[in-house]
Amino acid sequence: MEKMPKWADVILIPAISILLAAIISGLVLLATGKDPLNALAIMFDGAVGSSRAWGYTLYYATNFIFTGLAVAVAFHARMFNIGGEGQALLGGVGVAVACLYIPWPHWTLALLGAIVLSGIFGAFWAAIPAFLQAKRGSHIVITTIMFNFIAYSLINHLLVNVMKPAGVMEPATASFPEAAHLPNFHDILGLVGIDFAMDAPANIAFFVALLACWFLWALIWRTRIGYQIRQFGESESAARYAGVSPTKIIMISMILSGMFAGMMSINNVMGEAERLVLNSAEGAGFIGIAVALMGRNHPVGIVLAAILFGFLYQGGTQLSIQAQIPKEMVVVIQSLVILFTGALDHMVRSPVERIFLALRRKEA
Amino acid sequence: MTTPAIELKGISKAFGPVQANKDINIRVMPGTIHGIIGENGAGKSTLMSILYGFYKADAGEIFINGNKTEIPDSQHAIAAGIGMVFQHFKLVENFTVLENIVLGAEDGPMLTSSLRKARAQLKQLAEDYGLNVDPDAIIENIGVGQQQRVEILKALYRKAEILILDEPTGVLTPAEADQLFRILERLKDEGKTVILITHKLREIMEITDEVSVMRRGTMVGHVATAKTSPAELAEMMVGRKVLLEVDKAPAKPGRTILEVKNLSVTDKWGVKRLKEVSLTIRAGEILGIAGVAGNGQSELLEVLGGYQKATGEVILNGEAIDLTGLHSDGQTRRSRGIAHVPEDRQAEGLIMNFTAWENMVLGYHNDPKYQKNALFMDNAAIRKDTEEKMARFDVRPPLPELTAKSFSGGNQQKIVVAREIERNPDLLLVGQPTRGVDIGAIEFIHKQIVALRDAGKAILLVSVELDEIMSLSDRIAVMFDGRIMGERDPEKTSVQELGLLMAGISGEAA
Repeated sequence: MEKMPKWADVILIPAISILLAAIISGLVLLATGKDPLNALAIMFDGAVGSSRAWGYTLYYATNFIFTGLAVAVAFHARMFNIGGEGQALLGGVGVAVACLYIPWPHWTLALLGAIVLSGIFGAFWAAIPAFLQAKRGSHIVITTIMFNFIAYSLINHLLVNVMKPAGVMEPATASFPEAAHLPNFHDILGLVGIDFAMDAPANIAFFVALLACWFLWALIWRTRIGYQIRQFGESESAARYAGVSPTKIIMISMILSGMFAGMMSINNVMGEAERLVLNSAEGAGFIGIAVALMGRNHPVGIVLAAILFGFLYQGGTQLSIQAQIPKEMVVVIQSLVILFTGALDHMVRSPVERIFLALRRKEA
Repeated sequence: MTTPAIELKGISKAFGPVQANKDINIRVMPGTIHGIIGENGAGKSTLMSILYGFYKADAGEIFINGNKTEIPDSQHAIAAGIGMVFQHFKLVENFTVLENIVLGAEDGPMLTSSLRKARAQLKQLAEDYGLNVDPDAIIENIGVGQQQRVEILKALYRKAEILILDEPTGVLTPAEADQLFRILERLKDEGKTVILITHKLREIMEITDEVSVMRRGTMVGHVATAKTSPAELAEMMVGRKVLLEVDKAPAKPGRTILEVKNLSVTDKWGVKRLKEVSLTIRAGEILGIAGVAGNGQSELLEVLGGYQKATGEVILNGEAIDLTGLHSDGQTRRSRGIAHVPEDRQAEGLIMNFTAWENMVLGYHNDPKYQKNALFMDNAAIRKDTEEKMARFDVRPPLPELTAKSFSGGNQQKIVVAREIERNPDLLLVGQPTRGVDIGAIEFIHKQIVALRDAGKAILLVSVELDEIMSLSDRIAVMFDGRIMGERDPEKTSVQELGLLMAGISGEAA
């Protein structure tokens, strides 16, 4: 028997968590002498108040959808992939290679090429820790964290010594050619007559992210391999009994995970920066963990959670610009949301469960 | 009239929506052995956990020797003179017997004086009750029967007057169980009160003075053991008449289905778990493997089921099976016609968070009839298939969308048995088919196994319940320490003879 209805699990509990986080954030702002209601207004205005604001929010959300999917697919096999950041960085290399070294005739082909290469590069970066886990028993959490650092160093080396154009001081690649520029929301929505801000970074990668969500859903809940991944994740002993190979599942789930993380760079590297710079992922790989956790590893939940975090990111940036609230304070607010929706989930969950049980007993 | 040693009045306890104990009343007289019997999930363990302070009752009162007593935790229970021997021992494996007994009951910060005092008392207790254990032996080096004595000694060392034993014979050979019963009788003669929780009718009849029967969280009745019969108790437990004997015709064995030759398994620590096991099973017969848990039966099932590497030879239907290579997995085994009802349905046979229909394809997800096309599985077909199987095996409630954990133990097992038997396998491996299953479902599952045998299939049955082995098997092989000690005809053997084999004493020597 379920302890409470599904809607409570999916909607009510995150809503209460966010509310609690908002209240505590408000108290913190009050303590520093700022007006929390004014801050809230600035955040809303900055994140969803205009098409330009939306453009930023959805741009960030796109990053988080990819990294959230990455964490989720691994987590269905009970693999905790902390390496989304490094895999996204490597995906960036894949995008740069696709865009700089192949002369694409049209952006659609460039996009396809970039998707494939970023996916392969990210998957490769996840496959090494996965292999070590499957064959040597090295813990995936430890190895994926270490691979983040290796990725930073590797990209540093590549940008400084290999991919940097001659005569430039900055460790970055050259800008991608015109044929590899992706249409942004201004271009796309302009086709159907909607006027969207020109300078907002949200681009077609958002729709690729939505497609990736559908792909994850179909894979996990409709295919044999998804069934085996869930089996292995729920009960390794039952999977062994059923004849499912642990090595195969660990490798496949981590490769898919790295692929999703790597594909994030079609948004930030190809769609926004249009060149590869140092630290292109900007921590999105880690936010993906919170997004997957809050979205309950389900694509719909991940999209909603990613938009929430996009809102916090963009709203928070506006907050530091407009209300002279230090950037650290914005990080505090974002962390509180992660703390309440992720780590303190149980604190909200068990009282709510008890209320539902009490209600049910009264009905019975 | 004497005051009861323990009296519980109106005890109720709910876990969420589940009412585990409902208005329970029980009186246990001092100096008696009192049995509490009931199916799994009847609420016996919950009741005793309340008495021992692990759970707090929602309502009700506890009287110890006539005094109303609050027992908020196990410290209070010990102070009130209650000792508990759990089904799964709570011993520190790499401590000595003496250290385990003193643990938690030390006199002060220095251990030496406590140990010295305990050693003297232990000697006394051993003399008083016939509980001989070497105080300096390390726990992991002594047998389970000895470990159980340590648990009893622990309770007595803490001055327990009332001893509760939860399913104490589950891990014992018949001979060890007999010894335990002699000890319990000694305890009773010395004036201690013993509460014995069990689901085995034979034990109740053999040793108790009075028996209380529980069913679905309620107390159904109390009877003097001398005035009742196993049939009456079974009826009280289940709520209807039950057939205690399996109804089956003599076997008509046909051609050889399974041949196992010199099968050996070495675990990752280098310990040999299976030692040169050889056996054959023919079509239309049930080979029962008797033995105390942990003597290689699990490894035998795992090897045949395809998730344990082994050396030796396994021949199915005249063709050798790959034991170590690429085709040594469970998927290949299934395609060769081996089905497997695993020993532990919660860890292996089912995924508790999966729905019934998802569990119905566990191990069979590659079957073409469950595929919609090359990419996707046909979930609708699986649901329909599950519905039909649930109906044929009387799984209640017959709802494919329920998660496995929401079914009772018996219905969970029926889902597993339905999945495996409906494959119509040539060889069915069955491990502990009725562990934690209620009597009604036991009857049903036994019937299904016999029906499969009569359909000309080979069945390998592993069970720690000797009664089950005796009544279902056409031949019985006894395992001890990874070896087959011998084979017996169930018609011509006795519990005593099998018990000796289970303890490693071969027939010729006995």
